[in-house]
Amino acid sequence: MAAMPTAKTPSKPAPDLYKKLGAAKLLKIHELMVRARLLEERLIKMSKGGDGFFWIGGPGEEAFNVPLGLQVKKGHGVNFDFLHLHYRSAAIVMSMGAKPIDALRQMRSVATDPYSKGRNFVNHYAIPELNVVPVSPTIETQYATAIGTGIAQARAKTDSVTIVNGGDAGTAEGDFHSCLVWANRPALPLPILIIVVNNGWGISTAAKTQHGEEHIADWTKVFPGMPGKTINGNDVVESWAALEEAFAYVRKNRKPYLLEARCSRLYGHSSSSGANRIPEADCIELLEKNMVSRGLGKAADFKKAWDKEAADLDAAHRQVKAEPFPANESVWEDVFADGLPPSYPTKGGS
Amino acid sequence: MANMAQAIRMALHYGEQNLGVTEIFGEDVGPPLGGVFTATQGLERAWNAPLDERGIVGAALGLAWAGGRPVAEIQFVDYIFNAIDMLKLAANGHWASAGRYKTPLVIMTPTGSGIHGSMYHSHSFDSIATKLHGMKVVCPSTPIDAYGLMIAAIKSDDPVLFLKPKALLRSKGEELIPGEPDEKKLHEMIDAPLGDRSKWKAKWPKLTDYTVEIGKAKISHEGSDATIVTHGRMAPICLDVARRFTAQGKGKLEVLDLRSLIPYDWEAIKKSVKKTGRVVFVNEETEITNFAEHLIRRLIDECFYELEVRPRLLAGKATPGIGLSPNLEYFIQPQTKDVERVVSELLADPA
Repeated sequence: MAAMPTAKTPSKPAPDLYKKLGAAKLLKIHELMVRARLLEERLIKMSKGGDGFFWIGGPGEEAFNVPLGLQVKKGHGVNFDFLHLHYRSAAIVMSMGAKPIDALRQMRSVATDPYSKGRNFVNHYAIPELNVVPVSPTIETQYATAIGTGIAQARAKTDSVTIVNGGDAGTAEGDFHSCLVWANRPALPLPILIIVVNNGWGISTAAKTQHGEEHIADWTKVFPGMPGKTINGNDVVESWAALEEAFAYVRKNRKPYLLEARCSRLYGHSSSSGANRIPEADCIELLEKNMVSRGLGKAADFKKAWDKEAADLDAAHRQVKAEPFPANESVWEDVFADGLPPSYPTKGGS
Repeated sequence: MANMAQAIRMALHYGEQNLGVTEIFGEDVGPPLGGVFTATQGLERAWNAPLDERGIVGAALGLAWAGGRPVAEIQFVDYIFNAIDMLKLAANGHWASAGRYKTPLVIMTPTGSGIHGSMYHSHSFDSIATKLHGMKVVCPSTPIDAYGLMIAAIKSDDPVLFLKPKALLRSKGEELIPGEPDEKKLHEMIDAPLGDRSKWKAKWPKLTDYTVEIGKAKISHEGSDATIVTHGRMAPICLDVARRFTAQGKGKLEVLDLRSLIPYDWEAIKKSVKKTGRVVFVNEETEITNFAEHLIRRLIDECFYELEVRPRLLAGKATPGIGLSPNLEYFIQPQTKDVERVVSELLADPA
């Protein structure tokens, strides 16, 4: 994929940015990217092999999502960053410390699935200790809920921010525009990092056939006080730098920033489109190439990461296959926070 | 005696002072108007939101996830339909997240007919609301119940949809709210003046915690010959009919005011029907897939042999909207004469 032009401020990867980040940091990023990629490929395999059902995820977005996850101010409560994610966010939560085995549990819909007790699709995280609010299959509703945590953080004396992440096709929905309007409300601007990962597709429909905007980040032109940028999200260092700039702006100014990252979609939309490998630019290959050419990494180091992560996934997968499915009666747990009233109808009819 | 709008306002004040309510918001909820029905006048934490129902519910959900106890308003329930997605997220968030995220929020919204509101200010929402499983749904018919249910809704760790019968928002009750001064003084203290309000501040009476438990119905009139199960706008109409029928010796009617639709007080319904053997459900939702149809089906399943006659439903007619002309509205929506007719038939039906 060619580097994307920017919406407002031209941004080119600094030639020395790889060296500035350094070998150790880049190797850590590489390791997390590999972990997320292999996890997604394992999930696809499980879906196709009858070890789970529908797959949807984000392989191809690792170069943007890992730097994002690593720059989050992690923790619980209003003094830490909130994340309103969508179903392509595995690399973000893995970078924040989530365990791949829990995603396998959700894919197999076993009782030990910590995110939904076997109730929801894979990659639908809910992690209160990391302020990752429940991911929903509804497209773009996360942009509306982001308003609320943004308000809470705007009221508090904190540098924490809200991060909302979604796809390009969903920006046609009103919730995306709700977020732009509320975040730029003169009465109370909101510290929200508004992210759109643009892979150019909405399932099978090309964005260019439905969207007249040249760049999604051009919505900044409507709100003169809101900066924004379009970047090549397949490039780790460009992503890192853009996120660093955007986070710094929102943390300091308590106002929104719109960041559009152009990324590959390496396995199509989901199971619904076959989940087969698509010949688009692979950000991990790109990172390895750029590290090798600068003397910041060796093929052997990379292979070690690939082998270790694959072995860890094998072990995790074996463990998950031995875990029980949820009991039927567990459906009555969590309907209400204070428990099910004794006379609540539970028979499903007469 | 406080009216229902004042009662809700006082409960919200109690909530922002004592129960951790930090945000009360919606379209025209803040100053200068304080709500199109004045239910949020004078509140410290009330503010105006953009005209965006999805954003309002989404904001409430995010605030709840961030540890708050927000109260948001949809200005009329007729405009809540474009926020269904968001209400569903609020309702299923606890279940979908394996119980990891509680969603303590209140969405309040005026519902029902009775103000000549035509097609988009007369809707009822009961049946759809009760399909948002995981959401609690309440609908008071008196100021004191409105006060107690709002305090219960604020305290709840579940999302609560608080349906305000718009025809009753100016009606007064028969019971004082704890701490309520006399009517004239209350008006001077908490009703915003006409004209410039920029310097006006409410003076609040000393209010206390009065909670109406969500899920508990109230017998507003005891009787032994037949049961009327109702709520919201229809409750005072049914109470009036019951009092007159009893006084005139036409039949001793028991009126059960549900107050909560989800969870509903099934034990109270069963107990009353077992006593009277005759029941009519009265509400202003349309009759197709009416919420009360579920209750009737359950009664047939569980109390078939206690029913002396077939159970009845008196509901709105299944038209695409409520017509503006009084003739049309009164024909579409149940009125006093309709309650009298159906109750008379219920009492006369041979066992």
